Amino acid sequence: MNELVFFINNVVVAGSVTGSIYAMGAIGVTLVFSIMRFAHFAHADMMTLGAFVVLLLSLAFPGAGSVVGLPTAIVMLPIAMVVTAAVAVGIDKAFYKPLRSHGVKPIVIVIGSLGVTLMLQGLLRLFAGTSPQNMYVAERKEIYRLELPFEAVTRPVIVTEPQVILFILVVAAVVGLHLFLNKTRTGKAMRAMSDNPDLARASGINTNHIVSVTWIIVGGLATMAGTLLSMDVTFKPDLSFFLLLPIFAAAIVGGVGHPYGAIAGGFVVGFAETLAVFNWAVLLRPFQERLPDWLELPNNLAFVGTEYKIVVPFFILVAILVWRPTGIFKGKVI
Amino acid sequence: MTTSKTTDRTAPRRLPLRELILFGALFVAILGVYAVMGPAYSTRMLVEAACYAIIALGLTIQWGYAGQFNAGVMGFVALGGFCAMFFGIPVNEAFWDSQLPGELGRVLLYLVGAVLLVWGATKLDRLGVPKRLRTIIAVVLAVVLYLVVISLLREVTGEIRSQAGFIGGLGLPSWIGWIAGGALAGFIGYYIGHICLGLRSDYLAIATLGIAEIIKAFLKNSDWLTRGTATVSPLPWPTPGPSDLGFVLARAVYLSLTAVVIAGIFFLLHRAYHAPWGRMIRAIRDNEVSSAAMGKDINKRRLEIFVFGCILMGIGGAALTNFNSIFDPQGYLPLNHTFLVLVMVILGGPGNNLGTIFGAVLVYIIWIMSEPLALFLMNIAVYIGEGWFGWEPPSNISSRALQARVFVIGLLISLVLRYAPRGLMPEKVPHHH
Repeated sequence: MNELVFFINNVVVAGSVTGSIYAMGAIGVTLVFSIMRFAHFAHADMMTLGAFVVLLLSLAFPGAGSVVGLPTAIVMLPIAMVVTAAVAVGIDKAFYKPLRSHGVKPIVIVIGSLGVTLMLQGLLRLFAGTSPQNMYVAERKEIYRLELPFEAVTRPVIVTEPQVILFILVVAAVVGLHLFLNKTRTGKAMRAMSDNPDLARASGINTNHIVSVTWIIVGGLATMAGTLLSMDVTFKPDLSFFLLLPIFAAAIVGGVGHPYGAIAGGFVVGFAETLAVFNWAVLLRPFQERLPDWLELPNNLAFVGTEYKIVVPFFILVAILVWRPTGIFKGKVI
Repeated sequence: MTTSKTTDRTAPRRLPLRELILFGALFVAILGVYAVMGPAYSTRMLVEAACYAIIALGLTIQWGYAGQFNAGVMGFVALGGFCAMFFGIPVNEAFWDSQLPGELGRVLLYLVGAVLLVWGATKLDRLGVPKRLRTIIAVVLAVVLYLVVISLLREVTGEIRSQAGFIGGLGLPSWIGWIAGGALAGFIGYYIGHICLGLRSDYLAIATLGIAEIIKAFLKNSDWLTRGTATVSPLPWPTPGPSDLGFVLARAVYLSLTAVVIAGIFFLLHRAYHAPWGRMIRAIRDNEVSSAAMGKDINKRRLEIFVFGCILMGIGGAALTNFNSIFDPQGYLPLNHTFLVLVMVILGGPGNNLGTIFGAVLVYIIWIMSEPLALFLMNIAVYIGEGWFGWEPPSNISSRALQARVFVIGLLISLVLRYAPRGLMPEKVPHHH
């Protein structure tokens, strides 16, 4: 039974964590895509930027967390979300809006977003250095060990504090986004603009306003995802190219332009990654005696080694492009 | 034919003033570098710039001629570099004298067999098997066979690593490696393009970005093939090395070899650009729908040009790695091998071959010179910070100064897109009256 616990720890928990992070990232990418119609490559760096702002704030006020009883980083998260959202709106005004108003092809804006990626990366590395840093400045990361009430189980299921917070915040963000998109006037206007920008403009929707609102949401979500990822592992300034591919794969799997599809896609990609690097021999070993003699289990029965993790989102991307370019939820064909 | 002759009349030839001024300024800049840094360093810089020019020509035909954005130049460069290494370095006797080549060959045969079996399973519906069942059979078979082959491969590669280190090279002249590098890059590019080119160009950017990281991960972790992080050096040059001729002369000879390669590519590209084929490519770039209506096979032409671009990147990568004489998979960075090339192309003028070569040399000079400059500026900043505000600078200041170059490249991309979207030497579109 310990093997099952091992499976829960390494696949169920880890997969939900990665899945939640990818889902939050993919929502941002898909929102930008449906409103402004370009693939925003700077998204992963926006996540890092948000996490860095949180890190700076926690370094400045290390005691703030113990007052409320939460990690300092979580207390600082709302402020950092506001800061990053402001930066995102500023980046749009400075770099994307001029290109948009020139009426260039979307791919040129994609290149522009690559320029922004590099600028953000350069600044982050200049100020944050290149070495990983711990987001827990003053306190320790709490680890919960849940003992299962079975005889045969001796190992606990392990969940850490940031993971619990992550699950809560993901659910809150998804519900909030759902209510915003379906109940508020601005949210409905956003959906209208995503369906047909010309018609939306003709019916009196202020598209500039919608674009700003989109960037505010995207910046906030990116900060959340980046901070929680950095709290779960460590803050790394040069993570972005490894995050980009899974996030885009998640957005495309879910169907570009579908926020709910992006959530599903995020979990698909996250679980696919963890299932692919999981060593299946661990689960099969208890059955070794019942297997026929000629079938000897190798020690390592993982689909890909951990170092090839990035292959998994790529193959999901290729498979979905070949078989169903619209994604699971019939997004826009691009 | 007569009508096409009369309509093909282009604007009257004038003195190419802009090109003359820009190349004159570039020449002065190169002379300045020679005066300041000495001939050995400067010639090295020029050789590297020439290798980058080959890579940039590959990107300019993808992005400039056809409007395809390849964000994974690094991967194709690394493939070229791998071939230059694999073909050039001496044969590893420890590997070939043992049982291992046979074992490796056996596993590769299994791999071929497994691929054939899965391929056969996907054709089962021809025998009357329902389509859904066929898909399930094919997928299950693929997963099982994959697991079998991969565990066999892991055993063999582990043996190779422990007994012989790595499989070594082929000991052939390294120019064969250059050609093989181009061929391998083109081969991989064919499959990427096959999947992504029919869709919108954003997908190509995402997919190439991914494949570049995958190629790098593969080369870095396949210790049995490339020695991974242990790196392989020295790689023999196709020209006489520094030990025979001395640094400056050897590098100058290498430079002339790359110059010949560039001249050949330039000539071919020039001919292709002005041929009907080039016109067709530009027509597809500018208006897909109307060229499809004219009966042009758009996807096929796009695939052609994507593969050509990848081949040039492979050759350029082989030349670059060969010159540095060390194969280090970790040395391939998106910044140095993708975005630097991108800046060269969009600054020089996408679609303009001369402009691309100009951009390659100019940007590479800026890139090389920015290292001492960034350190200098950083030292000033530290000096002011310490003297005036009592600021304690972090210890790794020099490595951080280099990160400023990332910012500069990003800023250059943004500025060029905003203020000179067609580059310093814009593509000359012939106007017909």
